[in-house]
Amino acid sequence: MHIVVPVKLVPDLVEELVIDPSGTALDPDTVRLQLNEFDGHAIEQAILLKERGGGHVTVLAPDLEGVDDVLYTAAAKGADRLIKLCDSFGQAVNNHAMARAVAEVIKPLQPDLVLTGVQSHSDLDGSMGPLLAGYLGLPYVGYVAGVTIGAGHATVRKEYPGGLAAELDVVLPAVLGIQAADQPPRYVAFSRIRQAMKTATIEEQTVAMLDTGGGPAVARMYKPEVAARATMLDGKPDEVADKLVALFREMGVL
Amino acid sequence: MMATVPQSSATFSKSFYASLHEISGGEKVRTCLQCGTCNGVCPFGYLMDYPPGKMIAALRAQRFERVTEADTVWMCVSCYACSQVCPVRIPLTAGLMTRAKEELLLAGNIPSELQIALENTQRYGNPLGESPRKRADWAKGVKPRVPIMSEERRPVDVLWFVGDYGSYHPRVQPVSRALANVFNALHVDFGILGAEEVSDGDSQRLAGERGLFEMLAAKNGRALSQYEFKEIVTGDPHAYNAFKNEYPRLGISYPVRHYTEFLAERLDALKPLLKHEVNARVTYHDPCYLGRANGVFEAPRQLLSAIPGVELVEMPHNRTTSLCCGGGGGGMWMDGFQWEKAHIRLSEWRVREAMKVGADILAVACPYEAPRFEDATKTVPGAGRLIVRDIAELLAEAMGD
Amino acid sequence: MSQDIYVVIEHLRGQIADISYVLCAAARQLAAASGGQVVGVLLGHNVQNLAQDVAVDRLLVMDDPRLADFIPDVYQQALAGLIGAQAPRVVLFGDTSIGAELAGGLSVQLGWPLVSYCRSVRTDDGRLMYISQLCGGKVMAEGEIPAPHALVAMVPGGFQAEQGKGTQPPPVETVAPAAPAGGRITLKQYIEPESGDVDISKEAILVSVGRGIQNADNIEMVRELAEAMGGVVSASRPVVDQGWLPTTRLVGKSGKRVKPRLYLALGISGAPEHAEAITDSQTIIAVNTDASAPIFDIARYGTTLDLFELVPVLTEKVRQAKH
Repeated sequence: MHIVVPVKLVPDLVEELVIDPSGTALDPDTVRLQLNEFDGHAIEQAILLKERGGGHVTVLAPDLEGVDDVLYTAAAKGADRLIKLCDSFGQAVNNHAMARAVAEVIKPLQPDLVLTGVQSHSDLDGSMGPLLAGYLGLPYVGYVAGVTIGAGHATVRKEYPGGLAAELDVVLPAVLGIQAADQPPRYVAFSRIRQAMKTATIEEQTVAMLDTGGGPAVARMYKPEVAARATMLDGKPDEVADKLVALFREMGVL
Repeated sequence: MMATVPQSSATFSKSFYASLHEISGGEKVRTCLQCGTCNGVCPFGYLMDYPPGKMIAALRAQRFERVTEADTVWMCVSCYACSQVCPVRIPLTAGLMTRAKEELLLAGNIPSELQIALENTQRYGNPLGESPRKRADWAKGVKPRVPIMSEERRPVDVLWFVGDYGSYHPRVQPVSRALANVFNALHVDFGILGAEEVSDGDSQRLAGERGLFEMLAAKNGRALSQYEFKEIVTGDPHAYNAFKNEYPRLGISYPVRHYTEFLAERLDALKPLLKHEVNARVTYHDPCYLGRANGVFEAPRQLLSAIPGVELVEMPHNRTTSLCCGGGGGGMWMDGFQWEKAHIRLSEWRVREAMKVGADILAVACPYEAPRFEDATKTVPGAGRLIVRDIAELLAEAMGD
Repeated sequence: MSQDIYVVIEHLRGQIADISYVLCAAARQLAAASGGQVVGVLLGHNVQNLAQDVAVDRLLVMDDPRLADFIPDVYQQALAGLIGAQAPRVVLFGDTSIGAELAGGLSVQLGWPLVSYCRSVRTDDGRLMYISQLCGGKVMAEGEIPAPHALVAMVPGGFQAEQGKGTQPPPVETVAPAAPAGGRITLKQYIEPESGDVDISKEAILVSVGRGIQNADNIEMVRELAEAMGGVVSASRPVVDQGWLPTTRLVGKSGKRVKPRLYLALGISGAPEHAEAITDSQTIIAVNTDASAPIFDIARYGTTLDLFELVPVLTEKVRQAKH
């Protein structure tokens, strides 16, 4: 069972986000990157499948700030092979371009299963999963919370809004967009990560990133106005209640 | 019918036992009398499947793997009460319990709240998950300006290690500002590391993350090595413990004192500045890591006594028998877990004691305590009138800030 | 090739999803500028009369037993045939566990650009513009919806569902679906949501109580407000600790992270452990007699009125408003 997990690094929202001088992108110097949360679940799901039924897990990540930590942590959790995708990943790279490049790297690996996070918060041109499946010519199911492997197929639990879910069978090889692994991403002791830094190797593969078509151009990027403090509603209970009802209407919750 | 005796994992027990010997004084585990005093004095001992004495028994029976399966080991708040009373002076807290937690972590047995705090520490250099760039934001507005070493680029007398909670927690930032005011009033030549500072890592170490601790220590060590200063002063007993007892063996060795020691030395200069009366019955809570673990009891009391109007009273549990607030050893990050298991909070126990001695003010000297005790005053009936203040805040108040 | 704006109507278990109406409202605005029509696309089985109130100029219905349930590749093939042949200006999808996979797959299959996380649209001198929210809403991106054709996946927020509802059923055209896809995905069964306590992390309206509620009996008053609003009651730590509400209702670091449209915080101070779990809320409104409570730093609106005075009055007014 060969599982490949391509991951994305996305802006860390703990840090303040700064728009660059052109006003069309995030300032690359102040943005800090972190592993996309759902990709963390994808890695966890891959490791769980390997622990249950044997297999081999490859993790792919783009060469951006913090990528080594991400890959070594994956190794410490049980990933077998680490591949860093190298190119100058400027702002021009969108998910379509990334998916095309990643597809080229994945094809020769001939995996049984490709797991990736169902979405990330920087997916302006759509999430990786469906795009990757399209370029690989493989079936795709997203919003997956639960995977079991059978002979030549995977049984997945796909989530819908409102708590409804469906069990689907997918013929392998396939791409799955992971919403939640069967258990939350495990903790790995720092000493194990340190050990992985000594024993694991990160392979570098250069990818061609020529065609960035597939997404929209950004004419303007900005931070929505955030009031420093709540707008206070004054008056007697009657008056304030009226104001609240008006607000509820405006919000569309009434 | 005979019950089946489960297979024992002799190898694991033996290797754990051997690892204890690598800790200073660890070999004393051999001399455990199984007197059970540690189990009795432990604030959560009654809840643990394996309080310290029982853990040693399991070790001797070569059944230590059972310990790693029990999640109640995480109830240990590393308060040193057990180490304090052990008749043969086994390093129970720093040695046994910490090593046990290390094994639990490696086995993946970790409460989710603790996981978040540790992962935050690894990523952001603090367990609260706050931006490292904002570590000195607490100092904005303090006048005169709090000097940041990377901007000052000059030697100072005192390198003030602020710590995680003093930097980021909304209840503790005022304590930092108060201390800055006191330092300024005394014309102390000090500086802080600001964004270059990362967590001292001591509570993470005691929660079983030795590797993370060493990584943090190395970062702090590198930051400190760039600057010239005579000593480190900190308001955080956990940082104090780290710098005093753990960092030196990692090659990071500086004289370090808690701010109460530093100020007590300057009492003659400080006293005249304490012009305003604080008319209150004040009781002082000895922090585990300042008191029991490091023997500093009198300096904080001297400072409190110097404040005009203060009537200092002692709680029944004081100095070496002080009651832990429940924040150590990872406890600060496991409120939900502790509550689920215990349905009491250690901080509430302490607040009740303060009320019993008729205190108006519960004085503290550790960044974990102000938020923890203040929360407890909201849930203990009748405790609403008890005020919780760090000594620094009381000094600043008496100075008239 | 046309200037029509297509809307892929989402439905599940016989119900049109709210997002479909939002798409119709957005489509209306785009069509006004593009000069085309708003065309609804409905795939399913026995769905001829399902979409009576969608505000579209005409409705294309692909009714086939193979489309009875949402199977990603089957639906994708069916849509690819239709969209490829008709070549509308824009196709709108819900950015959901149905729409998002279709949009992504079709983007590759048709070679059309895709815009995701689109919260709203506007027009600028005849140009069709998207307004998308990234980074959990902390950053907005705007630009032209690529010409000559594009796929757009929308999230709620910019339009109300009401704006996309029509007063009369649209004219229906039946369309034959394309040849079925390879059948690599099959539906085995649906799994119903657990009937047990609600999952507050999935609720759109939360009325949350903190220490300020003072005792268990007062929670009934809050329950009535939540019910009137169509939401559920959640709580901060002290309330759950006291046992006044089950832990499934706990919002906070040790409880659940929530992302409702509206988070009404009653008597909650906003301590960090609680505050961090509600930052994904679209709007936070706080009621707390303490003007300096940290909750007011993250709330959009607030009042220092006593919740015991406000809540009953508010409940009554909400009930009246709904009639």
